[in-house]
Amino acid sequence: MNTKTMMMGAALGALMTAGAAVAPAQAQDSIYFANNAYRTGPFSGSGIPIGDGMRDYIAMINARDGGVNGVKIIYEECETGYDTKKSIECYEQAKSKNTVLYSPWSTGATLAAIPRAHIDKIPILSMAYGLSASADGTNFPWVFIPPLTYWDGASGMVRHMANELGGMDKLKGKKLGLIHLDAPFGKEPIPVLENLAKKYGFEVKLYPVAAADMQNQGSLWLSIRRDRPDFLYNQGWGAMNPTAVKEAIKNNFPISKLVGVWWAGGDDDARAGGPEAKGYKSLNFNAAGTNFPVIQDIIKHVVDKGNSLSPKDKVGENLYNRGVYNSMLVVEAIRTAQKLTGKKVITGEDMRRGLESLNVDEARLKEIGMEGFATPTKISCTDHSGHSKMYVAEWDGTKWTKKSDWIEPLKDEVRPLIEAAAKDYAEKNTGWPKRSEACEKSS
Amino acid sequence: MTDIAARPAPRLFANPWIKAALITAAIVLAAIVGARLDGSGTLYKIVIDPFQQMVSAPDLLAQTIWEGLVSGVLYALIALGFVLIFKASGVFNFAQGIMVVFSALTLVGLYEMGVPAFLAVILTLGVMFLLAVTIERVVLRPLVNQPDIILFMATFGITYFLIGFGESVFGGNPKRMITEQLYLPSGSIDLKILGGLVSLQKIDIAAAIIASIMIAALGLFFQYTRIGRALRAVADSHKAALSVGISLNQIWVIVWFTAGIVALITGIMWGARSDVSFALEIVALKALPVLILGGFTSIPGAIIGGLIIGIGEKMGEFYWGPLIGGGIESWLAYFIALGFLLFRPQGLFGDKIIERI
Repeated sequence: MNTKTMMMGAALGALMTAGAAVAPAQAQDSIYFANNAYRTGPFSGSGIPIGDGMRDYIAMINARDGGVNGVKIIYEECETGYDTKKSIECYEQAKSKNTVLYSPWSTGATLAAIPRAHIDKIPILSMAYGLSASADGTNFPWVFIPPLTYWDGASGMVRHMANELGGMDKLKGKKLGLIHLDAPFGKEPIPVLENLAKKYGFEVKLYPVAAADMQNQGSLWLSIRRDRPDFLYNQGWGAMNPTAVKEAIKNNFPISKLVGVWWAGGDDDARAGGPEAKGYKSLNFNAAGTNFPVIQDIIKHVVDKGNSLSPKDKVGENLYNRGVYNSMLVVEAIRTAQKLTGKKVITGEDMRRGLESLNVDEARLKEIGMEGFATPTKISCTDHSGHSKMYVAEWDGTKWTKKSDWIEPLKDEVRPLIEAAAKDYAEKNTGWPKRSEACEKSS
Repeated sequence: MTDIAARPAPRLFANPWIKAALITAAIVLAAIVGARLDGSGTLYKIVIDPFQQMVSAPDLLAQTIWEGLVSGVLYALIALGFVLIFKASGVFNFAQGIMVVFSALTLVGLYEMGVPAFLAVILTLGVMFLLAVTIERVVLRPLVNQPDIILFMATFGITYFLIGFGESVFGGNPKRMITEQLYLPSGSIDLKILGGLVSLQKIDIAAAIIASIMIAALGLFFQYTRIGRALRAVADSHKAALSVGISLNQIWVIVWFTAGIVALITGIMWGARSDVSFALEIVALKALPVLILGGFTSIPGAIIGGLIIGIGEKMGEFYWGPLIGGGIESWLAYFIALGFLLFRPQGLFGDKIIERI
């Protein structure tokens, strides 16, 4: 290398560092919000409808209302391919752009971001995924996990099982199988299920699926055939779900006894099983379909104008609507933060306060066109989840329908476990910061 | 019982197979004796209980072996794609997995555009041929006579190109394989035998038959035709093959096209069992332990290796998996392969490479 090239290199390097150092100045009248997405890779089947729903709701708010209280939201996706390593790059990128919120969209990515966010003071919204223990606001002031945690989901599954059998006392001696992705996400419900199993006298059988074998579940289903569980709970994601539905049919497992976590409730997941998938169930906390003013507004202001990435017939599918719900929480939290601080353009620290005072009640749901779309959710200083209600959805062969009433999680069982786990997390991670953020007066 | 192994018998030990068999027998015998003494402890669960289960529920055993057989044949098919290219260009084709996805996506994508199913198959084959020609022109030809590692890295490039290209053309949404339109059977044959139910999926039977025919046809083609001989010449030495007038370019196109056909069939079969999405790419990596076991250069090796891995991992997962919490299948395959490698480092049918320094 001669001197000239070296100097050129040095100059180039200096230029690049300078470029990176200048964080994009936040426009005066906009709020920047970074969302991880995975429209590519093995989990894209679930990632695409969610990303579309999130993107379209924000686009609708910008188009219909001109943003939140006149402030436009700049929504930017960062592609992770469901890869935790890439999600960290996305986190750093979001941080450098002064995002008001980090939306990790995978449990692995959430786990990786939690310690960072507490130092960088960026709130994390992991909607019904991520670390269940983070529902404890005292130890995790920067993480929010509304409306439910995976532990609530597991307890909801147990309640559903009891409802089907005719009472909690009928659980004794029954066998519940848990098919789960062998990853942080899949393992989340295990402690609660084991705890409840001990209390109610049923047995839990674990059926882990390695990511490499998502589409190769033959031997797992043989084990299920041998063990004959009474119910199966599927904590699956991506290509694992359609395969599980197909295998259940293939192995003559009664499909109506197979219940997926809310993430196993994609339309494509059930559709893969063909007509025999009728009766497949999934926990849910949002409604499917387009029969809601909010979805109609999205169609009118975004989809029909050609500004959506989603094909029109997929608007209103279950995971699409889940994305809409997530963006609704973001927008409502921004609104709350604006009200609390009196500022229009808020920062990440304001957003944390907004999330902590988030209260989407029945009246508010009606105002935003979501009556019957979901149940009210209220977050407080200590309770960062709300432990709201869920229901059991059933696939009728073409679409998801509401099969059960709203089920409340076994909060009395779950909450102490969450607090214990949160304390444990803080103790195991030496130097975990003590909460210094004050609680709002209202919460 | 261990004294059988301990007895000095140098001549017998010269044969690695006998050595392996004796050591295994000794371990098994010791374990059984141990388990008898152990009662119902861990050792009992490892060496006695699974076999009792096999005897008491022969229908499940038959089902497990059948599942293993089907996966084994499909693994063999994927492995074959690797072996063909390895023989012709001495390179491990990292892009084989994405070729499976790409061909299946092309097929389903064309069908969705309104092309009749069988025409879509023919058009997909055309696309795979075009891909083979392009890869030969753009990637392989400029790299001729470069070290193998360069070609290997080039296949990474092909992988990333095909991922991006496939996603931009067909999108990342999972699609359903057009099984019925291709007249592939669905449903199952339920045999009431062995005191239980053994259910054979018709699609699995079809997969096993089609894969076997493919494997046999390819084996014969490369063994007995002029092109097959040319391929083997190329495999031995690019330079020598060129010097006797074999067209390296032509051979490469043929081999990559054949790998493309294998990829398409793999894609149809795996796609029918699950769905067609980019997750199928991972399935192709299931061929790695098969290749380690069977040797990178041997077609029979790919077949036998596939069957051993397929049956071995299903049996292992089903009977021994629960002991350590299940989900052992993915690494068990490598374990089986490594076990064989201890005694045959070149793989079951691989060529013994003797290099003198």
